[in-house]
Amino acid sequence: MSTNPRVARNSAAKAAEIALFAFGAICGTFRCLAQRQAAILSLVLLAGTAQAAGMGVDEARLLLNRTGFGATPQEIAEYARYARTEAVERLLRGARNLPRGFGPEWIDEYQRPGALRALSEDERKAAQRVQFERAVELRSWWLTEMLATSSPLTERMTLFWHNHFVSSLQKVKSPKLMYRQNLLLRRHALGNFGELLHAVSKDPAMIVYLDTATNRRGRPNENFAREAMELFTLGEGNYTEQDVREAARAFTGWSIEPETGEYRWRPFAHDGGAKTVLGRSGNFDGDAVLDILLAQPATAEFVVAKLWREFVSPQPDAAEVRRIGARFRDSDYDIKVALRELLLSPGFWAASNRAALIKSPVDLVVGTLHELEISIGDPLPFVLALRQLGQDLFAPPNVKGWPGGEAWINSTTLLARKQFLQRLLRAQAEPADSRGASMPAGPASMSSPARLGMDGRERFMRAAAAVRLDRSAWFGRLQAAPGTSVERVLLAGDPARPVPSAMPEQELLRQLLLDPAYQLK
Amino acid sequence: MQRREFLKLLGAGALVGAAPGAAWAQSAGAYRNLLLLIELKGGNDGLNSVVPYGDPAYYNLRPRIAIKRDEAVQLDERTGLHPALAPLMALWQARELAVIQGVGYPRPNLSHFRSIEIWDTASSSERYLHQGWLARAFAAHPVPGSFVADGVIVGSQELGPLAGGARAIALANTEQFLRQARLAAPAGGAGSGALAFLLKVEADIAQAASGLKQNYAFRTGFPKGGFGDQVHTAAQVIANPSGVAVVRLTLSGFDTHQNQPGQHANLLGQLSAGLLALRSALQELNRWDSTLIVTYAEFGRRAAENSSNGTDHGTANAHFVLGGRVKGGLYGQAPQLDRLDNGNLAYAVDFRSVYATVLERWWALDPMPALGAKFPVLDLIRA
Repeated sequence: MSTNPRVARNSAAKAAEIALFAFGAICGTFRCLAQRQAAILSLVLLAGTAQAAGMGVDEARLLLNRTGFGATPQEIAEYARYARTEAVERLLRGARNLPRGFGPEWIDEYQRPGALRALSEDERKAAQRVQFERAVELRSWWLTEMLATSSPLTERMTLFWHNHFVSSLQKVKSPKLMYRQNLLLRRHALGNFGELLHAVSKDPAMIVYLDTATNRRGRPNENFAREAMELFTLGEGNYTEQDVREAARAFTGWSIEPETGEYRWRPFAHDGGAKTVLGRSGNFDGDAVLDILLAQPATAEFVVAKLWREFVSPQPDAAEVRRIGARFRDSDYDIKVALRELLLSPGFWAASNRAALIKSPVDLVVGTLHELEISIGDPLPFVLALRQLGQDLFAPPNVKGWPGGEAWINSTTLLARKQFLQRLLRAQAEPADSRGASMPAGPASMSSPARLGMDGRERFMRAAAAVRLDRSAWFGRLQAAPGTSVERVLLAGDPARPVPSAMPEQELLRQLLLDPAYQLK
Repeated sequence: MQRREFLKLLGAGALVGAAPGAAWAQSAGAYRNLLLLIELKGGNDGLNSVVPYGDPAYYNLRPRIAIKRDEAVQLDERTGLHPALAPLMALWQARELAVIQGVGYPRPNLSHFRSIEIWDTASSSERYLHQGWLARAFAAHPVPGSFVADGVIVGSQELGPLAGGARAIALANTEQFLRQARLAAPAGGAGSGALAFLLKVEADIAQAASGLKQNYAFRTGFPKGGFGDQVHTAAQVIANPSGVAVVRLTLSGFDTHQNQPGQHANLLGQLSAGLLALRSALQELNRWDSTLIVTYAEFGRRAAENSSNGTDHGTANAHFVLGGRVKGGLYGQAPQLDRLDNGNLAYAVDFRSVYATVLERWWALDPMPALGAKFPVLDLIRA
């Protein structure tokens, strides 16, 4: 699309450079050298034609929406110029492993579990209110990260791991521990899966969530061992109940310090005897068992199949999952290797997989705010909208996480989604004072501010009044973005309701946002 | 051959024609019998609802919050109702109220979220299922397409037993739903995959909206307050002639860890007032004999009171079944307070037996698709 030959040449050269670097990372051994030479040659050839190989608006939209949350017209136009490989490398290279902003100021405070029990009733009520407010603040922090990040892929992968290595504030209670876990997931989000598995298994929030601390020599609690096999690594059907029992013994001794919430190893609680797990025997400790799980091909394929459902389509392609799984395992579980393979696989780009995924509430809420470049103040209304739409951050429904896909949608959530979108659109047409009351999306979100106390509602109204969609500026930027159109930016596929030509901007936005196809990505 | 087929068809037609009003009955099939579920969310305290006032152990476990012997509304010489449930004595005396004690399941889970999921999906304690038990039943034995929906959820956003494929509509009140439903005007177009699914949900909304147009003027007075409104909405939904197989209401607030007595009395008062209004409204609609009301909750509460005048999460629980064709009386097993397991009651009736009773005795369906196993049914429904 670019008419500036210098830019095109530069980006083509950069594409070759990046692709080479990537290739080197995958294929670092001596034996690979010959292949590498061939690759250099082909990439140099490719670089010469990169201008023609720009992937175009539709593919750019697909890539940005699947790897991030929504995409603005400019972002789409920028990526449309890159070839697929270059675009994917850009995303992987830009990944961050730290949050942008600091957590809430109280985030390092830790309360021993059960501390509330010693309080009088009034004190307890006050403490519970503080807990609720802090849970809202913690969620606001993450939502803000998702909106403001320079690496949406990191946020998506952090959310992916949150839904893979599930812990919930409902059980863990401590916002500090959930925050720390989020930092951990983020640090490893595009790092190494093996390191992530070892780290998250000893993460205090996880230890509380899966009762690891109550798993002691002679009195095993199998909760963590079972979930580690069923949900974190192998998947159902790839281990026996005996494996679970033996593994549980190996995980004994992992605990936390009740006063501080820090991880603590308790050697006297550990069962140092011989165990047999998946056919291997030894005096294993927990880390040794995790390594045994990582050595199984089933683990790589299980994780890749889940990544496929996140990024590509609801039905993983078995042959591709095997192929990518093998590459993933051979790379010693480099998550970027798996993602690169996945995002460059033909399945990802296949026409049949366009608009094949249903947006999660985070996709819908964060994505809409981002792609329409809506400015907000206090994120409270959006934190509550996520809860109402069924994706309360830091609180997946159970250890299996949000099931996702079609489970996101029923008559209530679909109508709530549409009502949410309709109210967002109203955030520009009317003066702030008449619109404040209309932002809350339905009865559930009205009761939630009430839990914030007397000023909860007022805070909510103020936050709702600060939401701004500058429609004419957005349409202006859209026009300046080559090759884009409002339909091609907002929808992953054809609208279910045909859009009449020459519709006023406001009507057009409304019709597209309320079209069933807007629920897809 | 052709002639014989033709005669068969004719015969079937003649049969339908023979019985007046049978056309609707025929198309509605099993589901002309309505199931009305009431979720007592948070975990109702069964021991203070259906009170073992004849058992001294009850008073030892609950020195402060027990229902006093002389305040319990007697059902028999050892079992009574919480005084706030006294209005239900009219149904008890008419033998239209069944009380099932000791409803639970093996290896109980004490988390609200997990345990209600077990109840909603009719799973065992260890198995994770995503589809609700009614959704499975309806997948095997479809509800007529002409019905407003398979199920209408009032007063909650969670589809619970209808999650995972049933045609379920959640609404707070019918007018608001009809207003919102305009946002989902059906596109008419076809789609594939995910889009087809979304279009189906939109079509379900539209169908429910078109079937819920009628506003019935009840003579029955409905109680004030949230639950009374739910009961009124449920009655409006049932009054529409299009039909519905299940209505689910939710009364929240039963997680009474502290200062239970006042709150609990209030909740049970709302429940009994709501139930009486429901009976009156259903009688007005001539549906009392074709409605089965069943309460459920994620769990009961700990046998002993805690130090905050409340009760913590427990296990087995008492539940109520009401309707014009219910065989009133006590079912299950009185709480065995001398044989607690970690402070909790053992169960006597698997909750899936209650479901099996609904499926087999109320709808005459094979329970296997919904429950995956055979559970003994309770003989509490008159033919």
